[in-house]
Amino acid sequence: MAFVALSEAEKVYIVHGVQEDLRVDGRGCEDYRCVEVETDVVSNTSGSARVKLGHTDILVGVKAEMGTPKLEKPNEGYLEFFVDCSANATPEFEGRGGDDLGTEIANTLYRIFNNKSSVDLKSLCISPREHCWILYVDVLLLECGGNLFDAISIAVKAALFNTRIPRVRVLEDEEGLKDIELSDDPYDCIQLSVENVPCIVTLCKIGYRHVVDATLQEEACSLASLLVSVTSKGVVTCMRKVGKGSLDPESVFEMMETSKRVGKLLHTSLQSVLHKEESLGPKRQKVGFLG
Amino acid sequence: MAGLELLSDQGYRVDGRRAGELRKIQARMGVFAQADGSAYIEQGNTALAVVYGPHEIRGSRARALPDRALVNCQYSSATFSTGERKRRPHGDRKSCEMGLQLRQTFEAAVLTQLHPRSQIDIYVQVLQADGGTYAACVNAATLAVLDAGIPMRDFVCACSAGFVDGTALADLSHVEEAAGGPQLALALLPSSGQIALLEMDARLHEDQLEQVLEAAAQAARDVHTLLDRVVRQHVQEASILLGD
Repeated sequence: MAFVALSEAEKVYIVHGVQEDLRVDGRGCEDYRCVEVETDVVSNTSGSARVKLGHTDILVGVKAEMGTPKLEKPNEGYLEFFVDCSANATPEFEGRGGDDLGTEIANTLYRIFNNKSSVDLKSLCISPREHCWILYVDVLLLECGGNLFDAISIAVKAALFNTRIPRVRVLEDEEGLKDIELSDDPYDCIQLSVENVPCIVTLCKIGYRHVVDATLQEEACSLASLLVSVTSKGVVTCMRKVGKGSLDPESVFEMMETSKRVGKLLHTSLQSVLHKEESLGPKRQKVGFLG
Repeated sequence: MAGLELLSDQGYRVDGRRAGELRKIQARMGVFAQADGSAYIEQGNTALAVVYGPHEIRGSRARALPDRALVNCQYSSATFSTGERKRRPHGDRKSCEMGLQLRQTFEAAVLTQLHPRSQIDIYVQVLQADGGTYAACVNAATLAVLDAGIPMRDFVCACSAGFVDGTALADLSHVEEAAGGPQLALALLPSSGQIALLEMDARLHEDQLEQVLEAAAQAARDVHTLLDRVVRQHVQEASILLGD
């Protein structure tokens, strides 16, 4: 993670403030910073999204390609995640420096999607055992300002919402040879349902309390964090403790309750924003990095 | 793509431009707050450049140069930037070569004697690739270096050029590059007219070289006008915010 130097006095200031439910920027312990989400920012992809959460900037591109299904799941397509921690975020990520963090985030994404309900993989199947859609979800970390996992999961959900997979038909001729036909209309696509796609809520333990959406400075003060992946209905799909310190079991249960509460709110606001953006239609003015 | 005309009889290219016409350029400086300098440019391609420095040399101190700064460049293109998905964003040969070319270009322009024993990092990220990525990267990096406040001899403006049917084309798109004709990449310091980098691929007759070179140079000068406008607007916005 990007390194930020904090003096002891600054750490004490942050810790004491959090105990009183007052963080450095005036937020409460359960408040998120202002999140900006925009979809359809990259044109070469099937779906894309950009999320800006404070100083954290994430760009996700989803490309749908045809391939063979996995042997153990012949009726389903699948998702492949790749996270690139770009050197833009910090010079330490130059060359192979960002690979460790990238692999950790990618593995977390695999785990939170590793259940039957998150994405309807059967809709990605074209013909069983032969063809299916593989969604390559590529995450690009442009700027690191704390709370990476949350921002990345929001961006992945927004990008999957924006993904349009072309409709194909399998035609079989007399000799039994299959031919895949792409629809002529470029707007004839299938859309994935992202109702059950989870979002990660990271809770950092600072002193005796825990905070949601920690900045880099707050992360430097916390010894342990809990990553909880929550769906819009409040179902937990994955949980992980990170950090050098230890957590006692009561804090873990408290943090889980907070994450479910905060997660549900996060999902409702994200869904409403995504639907509002979609209702603006293809004529909406794209802002991207120029705004 | 059989039968695709790169230059029609009326003088129009595949995307409707004329031979010497550039694609629309939109740019912005100061995109990221945490970096020392950053810039974003859209020129067919979309590229982000970020500058860190001048700062202490990272890694081995032995690489420090006693009389000037070390310029370190990395070129990375996102896996979703091209039509076909790329496996590795950086570390492959093309990215390393681009990094070296960018380094050569900026060592010619940045006043490295003012910062001995230090390092300037320039990281370029391509988000969408559509022909002439080197030129877009150089233009973005120039803006980012200016945003970081690192002194330079002059702007570095780059453009690509090609040659089809006896006419020199400026600012090639991906379709025109893939057609396999000669391609020239030029990085120019506009005020003095000095060339920072010149690279040409494929066969071109030496009689035609001057025409192609002049097309690229004129396009680079046009890019300079646009970038100059972007910088002045950015400085004006910043001074309004400061209350001058």
